[in-house]
Amino acid sequence: MSMDVKMAWRNIWRNPRRTILTISAIAFASLLLVFMLSFQFGSYETMINSSVKIHTGHLQVQSTGYQDKKSIRLVVPDPDAIGKILDQIQNVEAYTFRADAFSLVSSKKRTYGSMVIGIDPVKEEKVSTLKSLIRKGSYLVKDDADQVLIGNLLAKNLKVDIQDEITILGQGRDGSIAATVVKIKGIYSSGIDDLDRSSIHMPLKYFQDVYGMYGAVHEVVVIGKSLKKTKIIKAALSAGIKKTDPKDRLVVLDWKELMPGLLQSIELDLVSGIIFYFLLILVVAFSILNTFLMVIFERTREFGVLKAIGTTPGRLTKLLLIESISMTMIGIVAGIIAGSLITLFFQEHGIDISGASDLLSQFGISGRIYPRLSILSALIGPGAVFVITFLSALYPAFKIRSLNPVEAMTYV
Amino acid sequence: MGIVECKDIKKTYQQGKIEVHALKDVSLSIDKGGFAALAGPSGSGKTTLLNIIGGLDQPDSGSVSVAGNTFEKMTQSQLALLRLHNVGFIFQSYNLIPVLSAVENVEFVMLLQGVQATQRRERAMAILDDVGLEGKYHRRPAELSGGQQQRVAVARAIVSNPSIVLADEPTANLDSKTGNGLLEMMRKMNEEKKVTFIFSTHDKMVMDYARRLVLIRDGRIVDDKIK
Ligand SMILES: Nc1ncnc2c1ncn2[C@@H]1O[C@H](COP(=O)(O)OP(=O)(O)OP(=O)(O)O)[C@@H](O)[C@H]1O
Ligand SMILES: [Mg+2]
Repeated sequence: MSMDVKMAWRNIWRNPRRTILTISAIAFASLLLVFMLSFQFGSYETMINSSVKIHTGHLQVQSTGYQDKKSIRLVVPDPDAIGKILDQIQNVEAYTFRADAFSLVSSKKRTYGSMVIGIDPVKEEKVSTLKSLIRKGSYLVKDDADQVLIGNLLAKNLKVDIQDEITILGQGRDGSIAATVVKIKGIYSSGIDDLDRSSIHMPLKYFQDVYGMYGAVHEVVVIGKSLKKTKIIKAALSAGIKKTDPKDRLVVLDWKELMPGLLQSIELDLVSGIIFYFLLILVVAFSILNTFLMVIFERTREFGVLKAIGTTPGRLTKLLLIESISMTMIGIVAGIIAGSLITLFFQEHGIDISGASDLLSQFGISGRIYPRLSILSALIGPGAVFVITFLSALYPAFKIRSLNPVEAMTYV
Repeated sequence: MGIVECKDIKKTYQQGKIEVHALKDVSLSIDKGGFAALAGPSGSGKTTLLNIIGGLDQPDSGSVSVAGNTFEKMTQSQLALLRLHNVGFIFQSYNLIPVLSAVENVEFVMLLQGVQATQRRERAMAILDDVGLEGKYHRRPAELSGGQQQRVAVARAIVSNPSIVLADEPTANLDSKTGNGLLEMMRKMNEEKKVTFIFSTHDKMVMDYARRLVLIRDGRIVDDKIK
C-alpha cells in the first residue's frame, strides 16, 4: 500500500466516531438509492407489461389518424395481408385483429355509452390477458356469435349479470344503423376503471356483420418476444407495409405512442423521485463537507508542518482527496452491497402495495410489486453520491492550498 | 557568497490597528557548514527571520536567497520544492505527523523527493541510528518522549542532505539535560555531515554551543560574533 493511502487510512480512523457517522450517512443514502431506483424501475416495467398485456400490445397497425379520431371509417382494409407480413418477422410472438365502435348499450333499466370491441377469441388469447380477467361466466370461443364479455363496472351500472340480454345500438362503417341484441357470456375486471366501466368485447366476425365492416378491422395488435424487441419489429413491419401501401394509409404505432399517458406518468414519477434523491445526496454531501472542514480546522498545524517540510499545495490537496474518496468509497460500497441484498430479497418476495399507489392501480397493477435490481439501478444512485460528495470535498481540499504555513504553525 | 543571503529585510505585521515592525532592515549572510544561533529576547523577530529564510513567510521588502535561489517571483509550489530539497525545518514542538511512525516520518520527506521505497527505509533507519533512536523506528510520535520526538525531527530535517537546517528554539520544550543531548547531536551532525544549522534561542546555555552568535533585538541585528 502506498504511503499516501496508508496515511489517509490512518487519518480517517483518528476520529472513529465521526468517521463511522459520515460513512453510515453515505452508506445509507446509497442503500436507499439502490433500493428506490430498483423499485421504480421494477414498477415501471410491471406497469408497461401489464398495460401492454391488457390492451395495447407492443405495437399496432392502424389506419393513419385512427389513434386520434377513432372514426369507424378509418380501417385497416385487409388485415390478413398485414398478418402475412408479421408471419415473416422473427421476433413477433403473436398478433390479433380488433375492431372498435362507440355505441349505446342498454339493459331493461338503463343505457350507457360504451366502446364495443370485436376480437378474435382464439388469436386474442395469445396477445392479451383478457381471458384471465374473466371473473364471472366464461370467455368466448371460436364459433360464438351474439355473445359478449362485459366490464364489471359497466355490468353493475346496467344492473345486468351473465345470461342477461343487452341491446347495442351504433353506427356502421357505411353510415347505416348497427343494432343487435346480445347475451352476456362473461364479466371481466382488469383493475383499470376506464376499461371496466366502458367496454364490451364481442366476436370479431359478429362485429363485422353488425357494423358492416366488410372484413376490415381497426387495429392489428402485435406482441413481440419481449418489450426490447419493439424497435426491431417496428422497423421491419413498417418496411413491409411500405411495399404494399405506397400512399401511407397505414401506420405502425408502438406502445409509447399508443399510451402517451403512461410514458408521461413514468416521467413524472421519475422526476419527482430525482428531486428527492438530489436532496438526499445534498444532505450527505454537506456531511462530507462538514467533516473535512473540521479536519482542516483540527489539523491546521499538521498541514503547516507538511508545508514547511516541502509538501507542495498540490500534494496536500491530493492527500486530503484520497482521505475523502476513501471514506466515500467505503460508504458507497457498503451501501451498494446492503442495498442490493435488500433489493434482491424483495425481488424474490415482492412488496405488498395494495391500495398504496394510485399511480400503479391506474395502470391495472395491484397486489405485489417486484423491485428489479440491475447494474443501472445499483450504480446510478451511488455514482451520483460519489460525484457530488467528491465535488463538495474539493472545496476543503483546495482551501488548504491557500493555508498560510506561518499562521498555521502559530495555531496550536 | 554564503549559503543564505538576506539583504535589507523588512517585515511588518498588522495586529489589529497596530503595526508591529517584526524585522527592521536585517541583512545576514551565513556560510556553508555554519552552526549559527539567532539569539534575542521574546518578540525580537527570531521566528520571523527563520520563517522568511525558509520561504514560509515573505518579507515586505529586501531579498532572500538560499543556495543560490532568489525567492522573489517564486510560486508557492516552487518554494515548497526548494524547501523539500534545500531546507530542513525543526520547530519547538509538534513537529511530527502523528499518524506516521518515527521511520515513516523520516521516509515521508524522501517520498516527496521520489526516492525508491526500499532505499527510503534503509536511509531512514540509518539516520535514526545516527540521532540515537535505534530500535524505536516503529513508534508513533505519541509513544516517544519530547526529546526523542525532537531527534526524529532532526533526522527528518537532515535526511535529504539539505543546504540548511532551520531550527526554531528546538530545545525550548525540553529539560536542560535532554536539550543538551539534542544540541550535542546536532553539533555532531554539523561536523560529520557538514549540514549547515541556523537555530534560534533565548537560552544562554544553548548560545554557548553556537560557533556564531547573532544577537537580535527589536527586529535589528545588534551584534554578530564568530567564536
Ligand atoms: N503572524 C503574526 N501576526 C502578527 N504579528 C506577528 C505575527 N508573527 C509575529 N508577530 C509579531 O512580530 C514580532 C516578532 O515575533 P517573532 O515571533 O518573530 O519573535 P521571536 O523572537 O520569535 O519571539 P519568541 O522568542 O517569543 O519566539 C512580535 O511582536 C510578534 O507579536
Ligand atoms: Mg519565536
